[in-house]
Amino acid sequence: MTQVIAPTPDADDAWFWKGVAEDRLLLQRCAECRLLRHPPSPMCSGCNALAWETLPASGRATVYSWVVSRHPTRPDADPRIVVLLDLEEGVRFVSNLVDCPLEDVRFGLPVELVFVDYDGVRLPQFRPARS
Amino acid sequence: MPASLVDQAAIVGIGQTEFSKESGRSELQLAAEASLAAIRDAGLTPADIDGLITFTLDTSDELLLMRALGLPEIRFWSRTPHGGAGSTTTILHAASAVASGAAKHVLVWRAFNERSGHRFGQPNAAAPPLGWNWYLPFGLDTPAKIYSLTFQRYMDAYGLTNEDFGRYTVVARKHAATNPNAWFYERPITLADHQASRWIVEPILRLLDCCQESDGGVALVISTAERARDLPQPLVRLRHVVDSHLMGGHVMFNYYLEDHSRFEECHSAAARLYGESGLTASDMDAAMLYENFSPVVFMQLEGFGFCGPGEARDFVRDGHIELGGSLPVNTHGGLLGEAYIHGMNNILEGVRQIRGQAVNQVAGARHVLVGGGRGAMILAGD
Ligand SMILES: [Zn+2]
Repeated sequence: MTQVIAPTPDADDAWFWKGVAEDRLLLQRCAECRLLRHPPSPMCSGCNALAWETLPASGRATVYSWVVSRHPTRPDADPRIVVLLDLEEGVRFVSNLVDCPLEDVRFGLPVELVFVDYDGVRLPQFRPARS
Repeated sequence: MPASLVDQAAIVGIGQTEFSKESGRSELQLAAEASLAAIRDAGLTPADIDGLITFTLDTSDELLLMRALGLPEIRFWSRTPHGGAGSTTTILHAASAVASGAAKHVLVWRAFNERSGHRFGQPNAAAPPLGWNWYLPFGLDTPAKIYSLTFQRYMDAYGLTNEDFGRYTVVARKHAATNPNAWFYERPITLADHQASRWIVEPILRLLDCCQESDGGVALVISTAERARDLPQPLVRLRHVVDSHLMGGHVMFNYYLEDHSRFEECHSAAARLYGESGLTASDMDAAMLYENFSPVVFMQLEGFGFCGPGEARDFVRDGHIELGGSLPVNTHGGLLGEAYIHGMNNILEGVRQIRGQAVNQVAGARHVLVGGGRGAMILAGD
């Protein structure tokens, strides 16, 4: 089975993981100049504003890069396809590709968001786009 | 007239322990042994050292090292962040300290039991460092996987295969084979050996694309070129040294800059290194390039302007980076062939080349570039 290390939310990303628990992929956006930022940051690099808001991602993305992750010391763990995605909103995001044979993975592959539970750890994941 | 104050510095002493897989002694002892060797190599005594620099990751405490070596008073100390990416930065710190007068003779060290103790190549466990929530839960738990996401785009952009990377490893092991300091002394490999090693991240990295995990320590003493003239070793001037870190970039998870087919920080470091020194890539007689993984050599060959974008594959294939080639690279065997002392052993080899003391000497080497990817220095003779 897939073995997942649970995230340990901190002061700057707890809101994100709360969103995941509610099946929402939230992005951080500056409340002043509307600049999207990921990974999140307490201050906007564009205008230095501290105020920010969340924007639910559409869940549409394309594969920018990918690797197959095989666990070096636990051969019983299922391999995972790790993807670096270009989210439709314009930020890069690391996730996993599920429901996709390895030979179908390619740069630019359109994917869509799904939420998957791994033994109690809920993660935003992506599968090849069906629509 | 130096391009900047730091160009007044010189590397006056180098020292090291043996490189092994199990040193059998503490990291503090390795640090002390390597440091004493560097101080003696410089023709100095411990009482001459008044500055200390190492990595934030180094476990040896400055005050304990002072007590081991017998350093009466330290007037300057600092540490550089981000592991091997800070290797060349230690020299920038040291040069700044001696140029400003904050210290006269600065000792830089890096020592660890990285094979018999804490191994960097093993998967990160729970309780990750801050910021790893974006990666660790998704399976990015080892440096090989983390870096491969960017290597994959570089390979795709220019049509490289893992076999192309293997040609670097063959050269590194060839150079190591004639270096008695190297872990892989007298153990060269063929490309077929490389291709027979197991996949670490298919189809990007095989085992023989990954740096070693090593136990050992190295140290250097930095002073001014003016003081260096009174010391016994041939003069090794710091012709120039730069660091370049870009917003949005990252040492490991460098995923957010637009174009992954180029090592952006390497290009920006190179622009300053050459622009500020008045030298060019063609002035370099050899290069020591940080390589936690073989693809980083290719990306730095392009970043430091030794060849154009996408040309590193042919540059390596055509033998330019071998002894006798137009730009011998990692003549000691590098981090794959000699040892992984976090990039610092590459700086020692640069010093030996300028002194004319390398076992694989590049005849008449006048300028050597030592690259840490996002930082670099040019070493020069008198
Ligand atoms: Zn803003």
